[in-house]
Amino acid sequence: MATETILDVKQLTMDFGGLRALNHVDLTINKGEIVALIGPNGAGKTTFFNCVTGIYTPTGGDVFLGGAGRVPIRINGVKPNRIAALGMTRTFQNIRLFQNMTVLENVMIGRHVRCKSGIFGALTRSPATRSEEKKAIADAYRLLQKVDLADWANEFSKNLPYGAQRRLEIARAMATDPVLLLLDEPAAGMNPQETQELDTLIRKIRDEEDITILLIEHDMKLVMNLSERIYVMDYGSPIAAGTPMEIKNNPAVIKAYLGEEVVDA
Amino acid sequence: MFKLSEIKKSIIVALWFIFLTFPIMVIKVNTIDNEIIWRWHNMFTIGIATFTLSLIWRYFQETEGSGQKIAALFTQNPLTRNIKRILSSSRTTKDGVIRESSPTIQRIFYGLLIVVALVFPFANDYQTTILTTALMYVILGLGLNIAVGLAGLLHLGYVAFYAVGAYTYALLNMYYGVGFWVAVPLGGILATVFGIALGIPVLRLRGDYLAIVTLGFGEITRITLENWDALTNGPSGIAQIPKPGLFGMELTTQQGIMYVYYLAVGLAVLTVFATYRLQNSRIGRALMAMREDEIASQAMGIDITRTKLTAFALSAFFAGVAGVLFAAKTGFINPQSFTFMESAIILSIVVLGGMGSIIGVIIGALILILLPEYLREVGNYRMLLFGASMVIMMIFRPQGIVSNVRKVYKIDKGGQK
Repeated sequence: MATETILDVKQLTMDFGGLRALNHVDLTINKGEIVALIGPNGAGKTTFFNCVTGIYTPTGGDVFLGGAGRVPIRINGVKPNRIAALGMTRTFQNIRLFQNMTVLENVMIGRHVRCKSGIFGALTRSPATRSEEKKAIADAYRLLQKVDLADWANEFSKNLPYGAQRRLEIARAMATDPVLLLLDEPAAGMNPQETQELDTLIRKIRDEEDITILLIEHDMKLVMNLSERIYVMDYGSPIAAGTPMEIKNNPAVIKAYLGEEVVDA
Repeated sequence: MFKLSEIKKSIIVALWFIFLTFPIMVIKVNTIDNEIIWRWHNMFTIGIATFTLSLIWRYFQETEGSGQKIAALFTQNPLTRNIKRILSSSRTTKDGVIRESSPTIQRIFYGLLIVVALVFPFANDYQTTILTTALMYVILGLGLNIAVGLAGLLHLGYVAFYAVGAYTYALLNMYYGVGFWVAVPLGGILATVFGIALGIPVLRLRGDYLAIVTLGFGEITRITLENWDALTNGPSGIAQIPKPGLFGMELTTQQGIMYVYYLAVGLAVLTVFATYRLQNSRIGRALMAMREDEIASQAMGIDITRTKLTAFALSAFFAGVAGVLFAAKTGFINPQSFTFMESAIILSIVVLGGMGSIIGVIIGALILILLPEYLREVGNYRMLLFGASMVIMMIFRPQGIVSNVRKVYKIDKGGQK
C-alpha cells in the first residue's frame, strides 16, 4: 500500500548558542495518521514544533512538507505564514487567541490565507469581495459548529471558558485548510470529561476533514488511546518510536519518565 | 457620616492641591509696578473646593463600586444609551437575539446630522474655522487609529506624514503651480510612500522601541524641513498658498472659509467611510490579529511584513490628505506647525476617544480640539481645566470614551436548527 508522506523530518537540529535543544531528530508522518510526540518537560517538543512551523530556523537537518499529491517541499527557514499557506498549522501550548476579537473573527483569521481580497476590494466592496466575505463567514461558522462553539460566535474570545478556548484554537487552525495539524498539548488543563470529548473531536477532525494530526501531549491515557504511532524525546534527542504498545514497554522510555530502577540495597 | 480618617485624607488632598496650584493661583506678578500680588483668597477657594470634592469622592467610593457609579452616570444614563443604540446598526437583546435598531430612527439621526453640518457655517466664521480644524483632526485621528488602534503600532511621529502632505501642496504649488485638487491625491500618495519608507526599517520593532524610532522619524522630518532652506524656505515657511478653487470662481473670504469647511466635511466623511470599510474587511482583521498576537497571526498565515507596511501606508495616506487640506486652509505653513506636540495631540485623540473605535475617535477629536477653544472664556485657566478633564477621563474610562465594539455577524444558518 502506497502511503503518502506528509511530513518528513531528517536529522533536525536546533542550537540556541551552546545549548542543543534538538539533536538529530527524525520523524515521519503519513497521510491520515494520528501521531503523538511525547517526552518529559523540557525535552524539546515545543522547540520541535517551532522549528517545523517556521517560528525558529533550524540550525541543521531538513524538513519536508508534502501533501495534496505534491512533491514534498523543503521548508527550513520558510516563514510561518508561508508554511501555513502550504498546509501545516498549529495550536499553541499556552493559548494564543486573538483575545479582543470575536470567536467568529478568530476563525475568520484562519481563512485569511485562503482569501484574496485586498484594500481596494475592501473599499469598494466589489461583488467578488462580498461573496468571498460571505463564504468566509459561512466556513468559519461551520467550523464553529464542528467544535461546538457556534452559540458563542459573537462573543469576545477572551470571555470563553478555558476548554472552549482550546477548542477555538483548533477551529482557527482548521480554518486554514491544513493537510497537517500540529496540536501542542491540546488537553492541558482539561478535566477528564473534556479530555474525552477532545479525543472524539480529534478523531472526527481526522476522519471527516481528512487532516493528519501530530500532537504533543502529557495525558498518557489520551495519547495511548488516540495515537497510532508515538515518538518519544528526551533532552532533545529521540529515544524511541513505535506503536503505543511498544512504547509502553520500552525500557528507555520508562527510564526517561520514571528514572533508573534502583536495585534494593 | 464620615470617618475621621477620611476627613484627614481629604485635608491632605486639599493641602496637596494648594501646594500644586500655589504658583499660578496665588502669586501674581505685576510687571509694571514690579510687585507681587498675593491672592490668598484663591488659595482658600481651592482648599475648600478640593476638600469638598475629595469628600464627595470618598462618599461614592464608600457606597460600593469605587467610582464606577460616577462613571455610570455618564455612560449608563438614558441619553448615552439611546445614542449608542442609534449608532449601532444592530444589537443583541437580553435573550441573545440580534435585532436591527429601527432604521427610521437611524435615518432621522443621520439626516439631522447632515442638515446641521450643512447649515452650520452660516452661523459664524469663528465657529466654522475651529470646526474645520476639528474636522482635520478627525481625519488625522482616524488615520492614526489604523496604526495605533487597529494594528497596535505605537506611532509617535505621525505628524511627519501630515507635514509631507502639507509641504507637497505648498511646494508643488510654489514651483509648478499645481492646484489643490491634484495635490490631494498626490499628498496622500507621497505620504504613503513615506509611510512605507518608515515601515521597512522598523519591521522588527514593536512597543517602546517602535515608539522611539517613530518619534525620531517625526523629528528628523521637521528638522529637515527647517534646515533645507533652498527647497523649503526653512523656518520662515511658505506663504501665500492658494485656497482651493471652485471652478475658477472668485470667492470672498467668508465664502472661502465656508468652502474649506465643506471640503473638510467631505474629506472627513470619506475617511470615516473608508476606515469603516477597512476595519470590517479581511485586511482590517489581519491588522487586528497582528495587534493581538504577532506570532499566532503569523502561524495562521498572515504575512506580518506586508500587514505592517499596509498599516503604516494606510495611516500615512490620511495624514497626507489632511496635510494638503491644512496647507490650503491656513495659506501659510512652516515647520513649527509640525512639532512633536501635534503627534501627541493626535495620539491623545485616539487614546481618549477609544482605540480602534471610529465614533470614539471622532468624539475625541471634537473634544480635544473644540474644548480648549471654548474654554478661552476662562482665560488663563483653560489649559489647567483641559488637563484636569483629561486626567479625570483617563481615571474613569481608561479604555476611552467609546470602547471598541466588534461587528456582530448575522449568520445564515442555512436551515440548520
